[in-house]
This record gives sequence, structure tokens and C-alpha cells, in this order.
Amino acid sequence: MAEFIQQVVQGLGSGAIYASLALALSLIYRFTGIVNLAQGEMAMFSTYIAWQLVHAGMSFWLALPLTLLISFAGGALIERIIIRPVEGAPELTIVIVTVGLFVFVNAAAGFIWSFLIKSFPNPFPDGALNVGGVQFDFGTLGVLGVVAVVMGVLYLLFQYTKLGLGMRAVAQDPASARLAGIRVGRMLALGWGLAATAGALSGILVAPLLFLDPNLMSGVLIYAIAAATLGGFDSPIGVVVGGLIVGVAETLAGAYIGFIGSDLKIGVPLVIIIVVLLLRPQGLFGRPTVERA
Amino acid sequence: MTTGRETTRRTAPAEADTPYVSPRERAARLLTGRPARWTFAAVLAVALIYAPFYFVPFRNFQLTLVLVYAVALLGLNLLVGYSGQISLGHGAFFAIGAYATAILMYRGLVPYPVTLVVAAVLCFALGFALGVPALRLRGLYLAVVTLSIGLFLQPFLKRFGSLTGGAMGLTIPKPEPPAWSGLAPDQWLYFLALLVAAVTFALVWCLMRSRVGRALLAIRENETAAEVMGVRLAFYKTFAFAWSAMLAGIAGAVYTWVIGFVSPDSFTIVLSITLLAGIVVGGLGSMSGAVFGALFVEFVPSVSQDVNEAAPGIIFGLLIIVVMFAAPTGFAGLLRRLLAVRK
Amino acid sequence: MRTTTRWVGITLAGVLLAAPLAACSQRGANNGGSEASGPCKGQQTTGITKTSIKLGGTYPLSGPASAYGEIPKGVRAYFDYVNKEKGGVNGRKIQWIVRDDAYQPPKSVEEARRLVEQDKVFALFQTLGTPPSTAIWDYANQQKVPQIYVATGASKWGTDTKHPWTIGWQPNYVAESRIYAKWLKDNKPNAKVAVLYQNDDYGQDYLNGFTKAIAGSGVKIIAKQSYEVTDPSVAPQMSKLAESKADTFFDITTPKFGSQALAADAKDTSWNPLHILNSVSASVTVLKPVGFSHVQNVVSAAYFKDPADPQWADDPAMKLYKAKLKQYQPGADPEDQFHAYGWTVAESLVKTLESMKCPTREGLRDAMRSQHDQTDDMLLPGVLVNTGPGDGFPIESMQLERFKGSRWHLFDKVVDTRKEFGPVQ
Repeated sequence: MAEFIQQVVQGLGSGAIYASLALALSLIYRFTGIVNLAQGEMAMFSTYIAWQLVHAGMSFWLALPLTLLISFAGGALIERIIIRPVEGAPELTIVIVTVGLFVFVNAAAGFIWSFLIKSFPNPFPDGALNVGGVQFDFGTLGVLGVVAVVMGVLYLLFQYTKLGLGMRAVAQDPASARLAGIRVGRMLALGWGLAATAGALSGILVAPLLFLDPNLMSGVLIYAIAAATLGGFDSPIGVVVGGLIVGVAETLAGAYIGFIGSDLKIGVPLVIIIVVLLLRPQGLFGRPTVERA
Repeated sequence: MTTGRETTRRTAPAEADTPYVSPRERAARLLTGRPARWTFAAVLAVALIYAPFYFVPFRNFQLTLVLVYAVALLGLNLLVGYSGQISLGHGAFFAIGAYATAILMYRGLVPYPVTLVVAAVLCFALGFALGVPALRLRGLYLAVVTLSIGLFLQPFLKRFGSLTGGAMGLTIPKPEPPAWSGLAPDQWLYFLALLVAAVTFALVWCLMRSRVGRALLAIRENETAAEVMGVRLAFYKTFAFAWSAMLAGIAGAVYTWVIGFVSPDSFTIVLSITLLAGIVVGGLGSMSGAVFGALFVEFVPSVSQDVNEAAPGIIFGLLIIVVMFAAPTGFAGLLRRLLAVRK
Repeated sequence: MRTTTRWVGITLAGVLLAAPLAACSQRGANNGGSEASGPCKGQQTTGITKTSIKLGGTYPLSGPASAYGEIPKGVRAYFDYVNKEKGGVNGRKIQWIVRDDAYQPPKSVEEARRLVEQDKVFALFQTLGTPPSTAIWDYANQQKVPQIYVATGASKWGTDTKHPWTIGWQPNYVAESRIYAKWLKDNKPNAKVAVLYQNDDYGQDYLNGFTKAIAGSGVKIIAKQSYEVTDPSVAPQMSKLAESKADTFFDITTPKFGSQALAADAKDTSWNPLHILNSVSASVTVLKPVGFSHVQNVVSAAYFKDPADPQWADDPAMKLYKAKLKQYQPGADPEDQFHAYGWTVAESLVKTLESMKCPTREGLRDAMRSQHDQTDDMLLPGVLVNTGPGDGFPIESMQLERFKGSRWHLFDKVVDTRKEFGPVQ
């Protein structure tokens, strides 16, 4: 029994990692309706910036807010320079631009910092909490905690602040929002900046566990997309729940279903997603889209 | 003073009646007129047939791959550009076609042209099977499901190693040119690919001019309106899926003939993303887009290397972004705009 | 109908036109020439002149396997050193072209063909990865181009007899796992082993070699878990393996995942197996991020000197490597084992080139298959390069090492696995 719970805890740990990036993905989706395939790479790049600052002698607790600030600016800048020019273009064009961005950022990180893995300071203490034979890693608990906090902050932001209302308006219908006096461009840049910050946070949380290299996030991205799809791309609570479900399901299936084993466990999120989408096409917590002809 | 037989004086043409035609417009009319198009087609045909006799085997190999990718992109275009669905796992059908051919040729079960038919039929069936549940999914969610399928294929191929050769892959002998042709192996493979490409392009061309094509275009423009007009969405969308999968499978079969080696590493999710990027860059919704996209997919990564050997990805990523800025509707779209003749 | 007739007409016209035009073409002018006279008469001299040798290699410089893209830096440093300070190889300067194949076999084929047909290289030196190299080897052998010192430890490069132009270099994975198997049989005869392996040719080669080597003994594999290179983390697999309570853990992972596995092992205080780490991940650069205190007593095997290991700080070969790497590849981290690997295999190639009887492709092929006790300065003392008829494995010797304090400590003797276990089948 303890082993089973341990596997569940393990799954929650993986799930928290997926959820952290999924939150960033969900932010961009809320604003522009597209999935930013370069989100993971942007997060990775931010993590490298943090690493560089720490490597140069800065304390981790100073490097962290500085990196978040830089990431915010970076995200807003990317929106201005790279996304704005193709704003009116077909959706797929924007998606392919993010693909180009993915390739570029990944190669740039490898060029600047090489592909050798680097260790990243862990803000959470080493060791684990031992409850009834089950180990609760402090690092994992830390990630879960931060993810919950970010999820809460985003939820409150969207539901209860004027800024959040403005963002939701822009996401819903940019033209109407503009007519209502909302500075759409500014909102979009803000949204991308926020998403980049969330991504940076995700990277900084994940790097101590997975070790920092340019391919840190490329594996996580797929699972983050799965998590967001399952939970509903536009709901912060949804993506977190989705992430946890994906993590736990995948780990348990890989551990206990012999036929699946550790190599085919990637199929488990797929099956779950298909089943959920067939029954509820907008994801568990998502808002159904109304099609106007 | 006029003599008896007066010829009617033709009124001088009033300059004001003939509208001014700008040089650009004149050039566009010239380039898109019927005689121009037939000449262009003729030159293209000659070039395509002559090419393998001129170029070294390596270039022919590259051109052959362009033809292979063009067929795959033709399929993806049908799905994404014409019926408005999306697939981030198109590479999976390509892989299935490639593996089906490889497995059959590895065991020497059938002559190689038959493997093409098997790959086509298998992929058509699978595409149809996938197309049915895909009806319930839209846009992003369909993209994610297809992405997951594309991802799942690799470990799946490795699992059934006794059939697929597992992680090590399968090496198969490439089709040999028949003695009477006097062709070199690379030329023979090129002509095989050219034949397959020509036939598939002709098929799709005819398809698009038929009732099916009109239905697909209607669906792309506005699904609801199309449905109201009597287009059976379910049928046509599934049909598009099946056809696009079949074309990808055919491309995969020819790929195996040309490369002579399949392994799970040859068909990662990167292939699917590359194909999608290829068709978007080439131009969705036009057959020439498939060709432009194939040229992009084949040549741009190598060119990126020539520019920056250490980190080719930097150039490649930048190029994708820049191309999308310059031509949001792809090269074909850009060409169409440049050659647009005002009525 | 008119349309069809027109198309048929155009095609026929094209064919008729093409035939005579075929007379002017780039083809046929692609043979590099051959040795005119003497004992090497008729052998190919493409890519080699009295003053230069042109070589080509393929690596994943982009994509998930791009960590291996660091290797060419070490190779280049050595070639630059030889060209600039030693006057080249027997007076011939080496020109080395590196192409990116992103670990995708079709790209490898394309780049190999480019190197052979367009760049007209003398030989393909270092094609990285088993699937990419497998995609190329039929072509290389058909074209009679040496595919020398393939950068993978798959056993097939040595066991195969149909591809005389292709040869591996590093100790193959099967040989290495035999060393571990023997050591376990001698020192822990009833070991219960848990295995974590990368689910590809590399991981499976190790696993199969190990499984065969322990067959019939008291050493048993009681749990195995695999992972994909695209997985973000191996923590779930490690957690599952910990449940088996095995007393030995065979870790078949590549660097990033090696660090993750070591960290997971260290974190789990209830599971403390003997941790055997495969040589691919045995660099100090993999252990350091985990924290030295967490990786004590990890066992591995090595065949060349680890540049991050302080025991070689005063070794003249190590000092030369580090100095020249700094000089010719400034910015490249000398402690990265990939750079050291590149340097070492480049040295081995140069020695092989120097030993060619004929300066031709055939000469290189014969030389690479008849090396006798070749020594390379960055190889461990006692590790030699040997090939011959029936022996297609250049390096088959490794030495066990244990991690204590902040460095590896070699123990036992260098094991020549060919002498010890017989040739790999």
C-alpha cells in the first residue's frame, strides 16, 4: 500500500512540473487563442539567465526576482517584435512562428551555454518528509506549493481585478475590447510578459530536479500541452488539475500495467485526453466555445 | 473632296475609353495568361525529366526527397488547407507507410511496386478510422490529439521489435533500375518518385475540380454555411483525413525506396512539426504550396548549416520567422498576391 | 481530352529534348582519380593529395541529441594542433568538414552523400549514432569510402563482416557490460540487479550484453525500467525500481539522465544499491551537479582519462590537451568529456593515417583493420588500439573505477575483454 501511495506521490511530483509550464501556456492561450510552442524554450532561457546571475556571484534570492523581471520584459518584447507583425495572419501562421522561435531559442541557448548539463541551486531543502513509509520530497512539495500559489494568484487576477477583466475582454473579442477603450496592444504585451514570468518560475522550479540543459523543457512541453488540453486551456485551475491527473495516470500506468510498462506510458495521457474530449470537448474546466456562423 | 466610293471612316479610338494598364499589371497578365502557363508547364516538364541526367547523384537524391515531401505535403494540404482540419501527427502516417513498405521488402514478400499499394491502402484505412472520431474535435484539441498520436508512434515501433526491427531499424535493398533502361540507380529512384508525384498531383488536381473539391473548399470557407447548403460535413471531413493519410503513406513508401533504411529515430515528432511548418511556409490551400514547402523542408536546413555550422538551428529558426513575416499565407500566397490580376 | 493530349505531347517533347541534352551534364566527372602506378596502382585517391587530406563527419548539432555536438570541438582542436604545429600528417594538412544531421537517419544519408559526392572527401570520419551510421554504411561500402571510427559503441561495427569499409572505435557496449558482469560474478555472486536503460540501440546493446554475460550465474536481473530520450525525467522509473529492493543497480543512461538517476538514488534513503554507472555518463561533469557526497562508491569503467579528474592534472598528455583546446577552441570547456573524446579519437585517426601503406582509400581501409598496439596519449595506460583479421574492434580494454572523495579511483587491472571473454559475437 505504501508503495502505491509512493507512486501516486511520484505522479503528483511529475504532474506539478507539467502544471507549472501549463499555467504559462494557458495564459498565452487566453489572450491570443494559440498555443505558444516556444513557451518551454522561453522558460528554459529564463532559467539560464538565472543560472548565469547565480554563477556570476549573485545570491539565489536576488537572482530570482531579477530573472522574473527580465523574463517579463522579454515576454512583452517578444510579443511586440515577433508576434505583433503576424497578428492578423491565419492562426497557423502564428503557430509556425512560435515553432521558429522554439528552434531559434533552443539553438541560441546551446550556442551560448553549450549542451553540458549544469547544476541549479535548489531553493528547497534537501531531504524528504517521511509519513508512514511514504517519502514526500521537499523539492516536490515545494513545486506543488508554488504551483498552487501561482494558480491562485492567476485565478484571483482574472476573476477579481480590473486588469484581469481587461485581459479577459481582449481574449474574448479584441475588436469589441478596443471599442470599449481597452488598450489591446498593451494588454497583449502584458499577457505575454506574465506568461513568460510564469514560465521562468516553472523553469527555475524544475531545473534543480531535472538538471539544466537546453533540452530541459522540450519533454515537459508535450505533457504540459496534454495537461492543459485535459483541464481546459483557459482555466488556471483546469490546467493544474489536468497536470496532476496526467502525472499520476502516467506514473501509475507505467508502474502497474505490465503491458504498458515504462516505454508506452506516454500513451496514457493520450487515451485520457481522447476519452475526456469526446465526452467534454472543452476539457474538464474549460468554457465551451460558441460558434457563430 | 471625296470620290464616289467612300469607305466608312472608322472613328479614331477614343483614348479615354481604354483604361490605363500599369506595367506591373501588364506583366502579371502576361505571366498568368494561358499561353504563359502552358509554356511554363512545358519548361517545367522538360526540366524535371532532364534534371537527373544533368545532376550528380547527390543532387538527384535531394530532388527525389523534394518529390517525396511534396506528396506528403499535398496530403497535409488537403487536410489543413482544404478541409480546415489540423494534424500535428502527419508524420505518423508517413512513418506507417514507410514501415509497411520496409517490412514487406525486408521479408522479400512482394515486388516493390506492390508495397506502394499496400502502404496506400493501409494508410487510407487508418486515416479513415482516425477521421471518424476527429469529427468531434476542433482546432486546438484535434491538434493535441494528433500530436499525441505522432508522439506515441515511436515507442510503439520500438515495442514491436520483432516486426519493425526495434530501435535498430531495418535496412532494405533499394529498387534497382531495370537493365533495359540504362539508368543509374539514383536516376531510377528519381523517376519512380517523379512518376508517383505526377500521378498523385494529377489525382488531387482532378479531385479539387470535382464535386468533392468544391465541397472541401466550401467547408474551409465556412463550415456552418456549407452544412446549410447541403454538404455532408462528416463524410467530406473523414474523406479528407483518409486521403491525406493515404498520400502521406504513399510518400513514406517512396521514402523507404529512396533511403533504404527505417528506424524509429527517422520519424520523430519533429517530422510532423516540420511537415506542418512546410505546408504553412509553402502556402496552404494551393498545390504549388506543397512544392514550395517541400523545397523549403529539404533545402533550408542544409543552407542554415552553411551559414552557421556551429548552431544551424539559429538560422533555421530565424528563417522560419522571417518567411512568415514576409509571406503570412506562404510562398504560394505571396506569389498569388504578386500575380493578382485586377479585374 | 485536349488537356491530356497536350500533357502527353509536352512529356514526349521533354523526353526527346532531354536525350541529346544529357550529353552535357555534371555527371561522370565525379571520380576523383586513382593512383597511377606502383604497388598502390588503381586505388582511389579522391580527397587526398600530397599536401592535404579531406575528411567529413556527421553529428547531431541540433535537436535532442545535440549534447554530442560538442565532440567535433575536441577533434578540431587536435587537427588544428597537428596541422599548425606538426606540419600535418606526413606533410598533409587535414581539412575536416562537419555536417549536422540532427540524429535523423535520412539527414545522415543526405549529408554523407554530400560529403562523398560534392565535397569529395577522402573518408567519413566519425558519424555519430547507431541509426544514423547504419543508414550510411551501405552507401559508404558501395561507394568504397572508408567510414572510420564510427562514434557509437554498438557491437555490430565489429561483428559485421559485410561492411569492410566501416569500423567502430570505442569499446563496445557489450564488452563493457561483460566487465561489470564478471566483476559482479566474482565479488557479488548472488547480486539482485535492477536496470534502468535508455530505450534505443545503445541501451538495449548494454542490456543484452549484460543479460548474456550473467546467464547461468547467481547474478540475476530482478527489475528493469526503460526511458525515452524525450522523457523529461527518469524519477518515476527510479521510484519503481526502488520498490524491487535490488542490491545492485545498473545505470544505462546518457549524461543528463545519468545525473537524474544518481540524484534519485541519493534522495531515496531507503534504497542503497551498489550503483554501477555506464561509461557514457561516467564523467565528473555528470556527478558534480548531483553533489560529490551523494555519489560515493559509484562504480564504472573507463578507457580514456577524464579531464575533470584531478588525478591527471600533471599528466603531460592531459596538459597538452587542455592547453591546445584552450588555444584552438577558446570557450570550449576542457572538462567536458566529449571534448576529450574528440581529441583522443582524432589522435587515433592521425596515427592510423600515418600507418597507411598506400595513401589511398584502400590504404586507409587496410590500415584501420591492421593496427597493432597503437597507443594514444589520452587513453588509459594499458589501453591499446588493436585490429586484425577477425578483430574488428579497435579498443576492447577498459578498467574499473570507483568514485571516492571527489574523483575516480581506478582499481583492478585494465581488462582486455577480448582476451578475457573472447570476441563479441
